[in-house]
Amino acid sequence: MSLWVDKYRPKTLDQLSFHDSISQNLRALARSGDFPHLLIYGPSGAGKKTRIYATLNEIFGSQVEKLKIDVKTFVTSSNRKMEFNVLSSAYHLEITPSDMGNNDRVVISDLLKDVASTEQVDFSHQNTSKTKHRFKVVVINEADSLSRDAQAALRRTMEKYSSNIRLILVCNSISNIIPPIKSRTLLVRIPSPSTTAISSILGQVAKKEGIKFSSSNELDIQKYLVTLADTANRNLRKALLSFETVAMQNETIQLDNKTLTIVTLDWEEIIKNMSNTIRINRNVATLASVRVVLYELLAHCIPPRIILKTLMFNLIKNFKDDAVISQLVDLGSVFDERLSLGSKSIFHLEGFVAKSMVVIDSN
Amino acid sequence: MTSILMQKSQKLDQYEQERLEHTPWVEKYRPRNLDDVASQDHAVKVLKKTMESANLPHMLFYGPPGTGKTSTILALSKQLYGPNLYKSRVLELNASDERGISIVRQKIKNFARLTVSNPSKEDLEKYPCPPYKIIILDEADSMTNDAQAALRRTIENYSNITRFCLICNYVTRIIDPLASRCSKFRFRLLNNENALNRLKYIAEQEHISLDSNQLVLQEVLRISGGDLRKAITFLQSATKLHKSLAAPTEEDGDIQMLDEIPGEAITVESIQEIAGVIPENVILEVVSTIKSKNSKSIITQVNDIISQGFSAQQVLDQLHDKFILDDSLDSATKNKIAKTLFLIDKRLNNGTDEHIQLLDLCLQIAKSL
Repeated sequence: MSLWVDKYRPKTLDQLSFHDSISQNLRALARSGDFPHLLIYGPSGAGKKTRIYATLNEIFGSQVEKLKIDVKTFVTSSNRKMEFNVLSSAYHLEITPSDMGNNDRVVISDLLKDVASTEQVDFSHQNTSKTKHRFKVVVINEADSLSRDAQAALRRTMEKYSSNIRLILVCNSISNIIPPIKSRTLLVRIPSPSTTAISSILGQVAKKEGIKFSSSNELDIQKYLVTLADTANRNLRKALLSFETVAMQNETIQLDNKTLTIVTLDWEEIIKNMSNTIRINRNVATLASVRVVLYELLAHCIPPRIILKTLMFNLIKNFKDDAVISQLVDLGSVFDERLSLGSKSIFHLEGFVAKSMVVIDSN
Repeated sequence: MTSILMQKSQKLDQYEQERLEHTPWVEKYRPRNLDDVASQDHAVKVLKKTMESANLPHMLFYGPPGTGKTSTILALSKQLYGPNLYKSRVLELNASDERGISIVRQKIKNFARLTVSNPSKEDLEKYPCPPYKIIILDEADSMTNDAQAALRRTIENYSNITRFCLICNYVTRIIDPLASRCSKFRFRLLNNENALNRLKYIAEQEHISLDSNQLVLQEVLRISGGDLRKAITFLQSATKLHKSLAAPTEEDGDIQMLDEIPGEAITVESIQEIAGVIPENVILEVVSTIKSKNSKSIITQVNDIISQGFSAQQVLDQLHDKFILDDSLDSATKNKIAKTLFLIDKRLNNGTDEHIQLLDLCLQIAKSL
């Protein structure tokens, strides 16, 4: 019994349903038996990882799905031993260097040199010259959180050992990737799927799972699925997860407009309420009550920057005046920077709340 | 017996051939001697002079990426020593190697004080083989200040048998005492003509079919902004993509065949996509939305850009071009816009949220218009 997200994850490039041209390119690269280093970027839930695995599947066959976890030890420059999990199959390995924090440079240079210094021997495809692979693939997740040091270490490694390894870097945005890396990789942008693409996927899943709707009118169902896709912010994973939750909670999904069943996460709901209070009651008492809520949110491990972002977007939603919106967004951007530089997040979150009250008041 | 040997050597050849196909063009077409180095006339001239007298100063190469700094020193040392002696005479260290203070104290010092190995007779005839070793410190600006300080004395102590070559992008990151011990060479951005010739040469060698030849190569150059390495990598990526797209889809298509297929011609658009550049029409749309000054439509537009996966940094760059070069704006406005651009760029570099920053950027520009 697995989640729908995993159950209906496409395994091969042919099963992928949206962004056909990207799949086409990947297939072509896979068929040629060789590809340059790739840098795959796009918002979350757009199918980056799925595409990578489908491509690897196309190149190496289903062997890549047989994953195992190795624990590797590294010695940092201060002679401290570090353990690090590496997910690997016979043909590729996958690492998330941000697990290592400040020592990611050591991991990157040690691991890659280790892998790169040996040439891959491919016994299974030996006879067909086309599918001879001399290289191993290394997938690096969250490449945008690699430190500058680690990225600098990647530069020369990428060139020097390029006949033995191929890197696939995965990240949400390429703003934090240093230019030398960008210039050494083939950039593949994967946009979020459109709402229609998501709703059609949800529809297929609903059919396969035999989900019952309260009305059998195709249009109503369609409308419901589109709303689901919209609330998930065009994030396919989120949409599927929330759809599954709804389906688990209700035997038949109600489609009448009044009782439209859509799961919103409770912390999102809380932040929404908070933004309403801020807008209506602008005084010190509200600030004190907001502080309690903020502490509660932080205690539940909601990242402060997500809180700030959600709060800001909820606030500006309710204003029509251009000046107010512009000032609020400016505040958001200032405090976002302070959040990422500072260490005690409650100061900055409260600061944002207080400042935004002032801005709303003065207009 | 001979036939077996023949087969073996053939296999080896084939192996070498395949390896060559897998190496990036940047390596494949790295200049082999100083004459091949494109458009760094000044540095090349001086280096050639020093080669004749076989006396090299300590050197500091600096300049933007992709201008041929590493290529120049590699070519120079190959010309000085030849392939045999190269291994024992040249030590190349870059940012991917550990270069903390301990390495400077041990590895570099050890290599620096080694006595110079004797060249063989053949080498002496063919190459100058001067009596010193070369230590190349690539990407020296990523060395810590302590490590650089530790180098100071080492450089002087062993200067009779060792020459240092530091390579960096920003000369300001090299500590003064170190910089003053080296003769500096500035590598300027490549001018279009030379870079274009090099690209043309590679395109010819690799039999690339280009859609309206000149335009595509010029676009490659424009996007890469004088960085030849970037330009060559773009060209290679594009070629690979297009060749495999045009390849026969049958499973039994031979890899040898693949190279003979001319492949689909490379277009300007595909180069742009590979480089991660945002299409012109999208940027124009953003500009017109900003000029409309309607907050709601700006919000939706920014939302759209973010879910398209474009990077905020790239949007910033391209908006910069659009607004600063816009003649219909007066200087005061441009001033304000430039300040906004600077602020947001700084914030993005501090690792902030792209969505918020991009939205702020667009709204602030709209306000100052």
